[in-house]
Amino acid sequence: MSYVNGLKCKECGAKYSHRGVHVCELCFGPLEVEYDYAAMQGKVTKASIQAGPHSLWRYRDLLPCDGEPKAGLNSGMTPLRRAHNLERVLGVKELYIKDDSANYPTWSYKERVVSVAITKAIELGYDTVGCASTGNLANSVAAHAAVAGLKAFVMIPHDLELGKVLGSLIFHPTMVRINGNYDDVNRLCSEIADKYRWAIVNVNLRPYYTEGAKTYGFEIAEQLGWRLPQHTVCPTAGGTILPKIYKAYQEFIGLGLVADNQPRIYSAQAAGCNPVIEALEAGRDLIRPQKPRTIAKSIAIGNPADGYYVLQTLRQCGGWGASVSDDEIVEAIKLLAKTEGIWTEPAGGTTLAATIKLIESCRIPRDESICVCITGNGLKTVEVVQNHLETPAVIQPRLEAFDQVMQNMTAASVAAPV
Amino acid sequence: MAIKVRIPTPLRNITEGVDLVETTGANVAEVLAQITAKFAGLDKRLFKQPGELNRFVNIYVNDEDIRFLDNLATPVKDGDEVSIVPAIAGG
Repeated sequence: MSYVNGLKCKECGAKYSHRGVHVCELCFGPLEVEYDYAAMQGKVTKASIQAGPHSLWRYRDLLPCDGEPKAGLNSGMTPLRRAHNLERVLGVKELYIKDDSANYPTWSYKERVVSVAITKAIELGYDTVGCASTGNLANSVAAHAAVAGLKAFVMIPHDLELGKVLGSLIFHPTMVRINGNYDDVNRLCSEIADKYRWAIVNVNLRPYYTEGAKTYGFEIAEQLGWRLPQHTVCPTAGGTILPKIYKAYQEFIGLGLVADNQPRIYSAQAAGCNPVIEALEAGRDLIRPQKPRTIAKSIAIGNPADGYYVLQTLRQCGGWGASVSDDEIVEAIKLLAKTEGIWTEPAGGTTLAATIKLIESCRIPRDESICVCITGNGLKTVEVVQNHLETPAVIQPRLEAFDQVMQNMTAASVAAPV
Repeated sequence: MAIKVRIPTPLRNITEGVDLVETTGANVAEVLAQITAKFAGLDKRLFKQPGELNRFVNIYVNDEDIRFLDNLATPVKDGDEVSIVPAIAGG
C-alpha cells in the first residue's frame, strides 16, 4: 500500500510512472515523488504515526515504498535535545539540537536516505547497490547492504579521513578510492550507473533516496510536540536535505499535523566550498561550481546537484545562509562538545558555526525557536581536532606525581591572564 | 582522429542506442551543434534556449567541467572527449 502517484520532473513538469527512472528524459531535471495527499487526509494522522515503529519507518505513508521496509528497521528517531547550556552561551531563548550523530547503525543522517533507497532497490529487483560518497553515505550503504544480503560497491575520493574509510571497509563492500574530489567520483558513478545494472543509491535511485531525508524533518516536528521550530539551520553539500526538511514541514502542515508558523530554513557551508552561499549572497540563480578546499570533507561538494533547489527554498521561506572558516568549524565542534556533550564531525561544526553567525548578524532572532541539524559523528573524523585539544599529562602511578599535576594546574590558572 | 562525445543513458533513445559519437568542431558549442543536427530531438534535451544549456546538463571536456574552462566556447581538438553527464545527488 502506498500513496505514491508517480514521478514528476522538478524542472519541466513531465510525469513518469512509478519505476526506476532517475532523471527527466526531456531535460535531465531531477524527478520528485508525487503523493496523493487528498487520500491521506484523515488516514495519515498523529495517531497513525504514533502507532508505527520507533524508527524512521513510522512515516512510511509519506515515503515511496510499496511493500514492507527492508532496511533501517532501527534507524532514525534520534534525539531532539533542548540545548540549555548552548542557549546560555549564545544568548538565545530556545535552542534544539537534532542529533543524527546518534543515528543507527553508522552514525549519520545518511541512514535515512539509505533505508529508503535499499528498500526500493530490493523492490525493484536489484542485487547490487552502490554509491558515490564523501564517507558517511558509503558507511551507511555498506552496513545496510550487509544486513540485506546485497552486494555493495562504494566509490569515494582517495583522501577521506581514516574513520570514514574503515567505517565502510569493516562491512566488506567493494570499495574503490578515486583520484579526485567528490565531484569527480560523482561523475564517474553517473557513468558506472549507465554501464552496470546496479542500484547506485544517489544516482539512479535518487528520487526515492532523497525522500528518506524528509524523515529528519518529520522527527523534528513530532519530537517538538507536533510543532515546527521557527528557524532550522542545516548543512548544504549536494543539496538534498535542506529542501527535503522544508518539504517534510510543508507535508505535515498540509495534513494538519502541525500549525503553519512560516518556518524558515538556513543553509550552512564551509567557506572553502560554498557555491550555494556565494550564489545566495550575490543574488544569483546560477551556481558556479568550486574546487573544494576545506576540512569539512563530508560536505565538500563543489558542484551541488540540488543546489538550485536549496536557493529556491531559502528564498521561498525567507531563510538565509552563512559560510564559515575551517577555524570557526573546529571551534564550533569544541563548543558543542563542551556545552552539550555531543561530538560532531566538521559538517556539524559548520552548521553550529553558521548558526552563531546568523544569530550575531540578526538574521535569526534570539527570542524565537531554533533547531540546529547535527548530521554526523566526530568519532569518524578525529584528525580534524587532534591538534586542537589539550595534551594530557603523563605521570608515574604515584600520588606525589598526581599532586604535582594539580600544583601545576593551580599555578597555570593563577598565571593565566584574567 | 576526431572528437568523441559520450552519450548518457537518458539520451540514448534519441541516439538510437549509440553511446559514443565521433564528430568534429573547434569548440564545445560546435561539437554539440554537430550532434544535435545529427539526432532529431537532442537539441531540446540539451538546451533551454540557443546558447543556454539546461540547468541539469553538465558538460565535460576530458576530465574538466566546462564551467571551469570557457563554457560553450571551450576549445576542443582531435582526440578530446566531450561527456554529457546529468547532475546527481550528494553523498
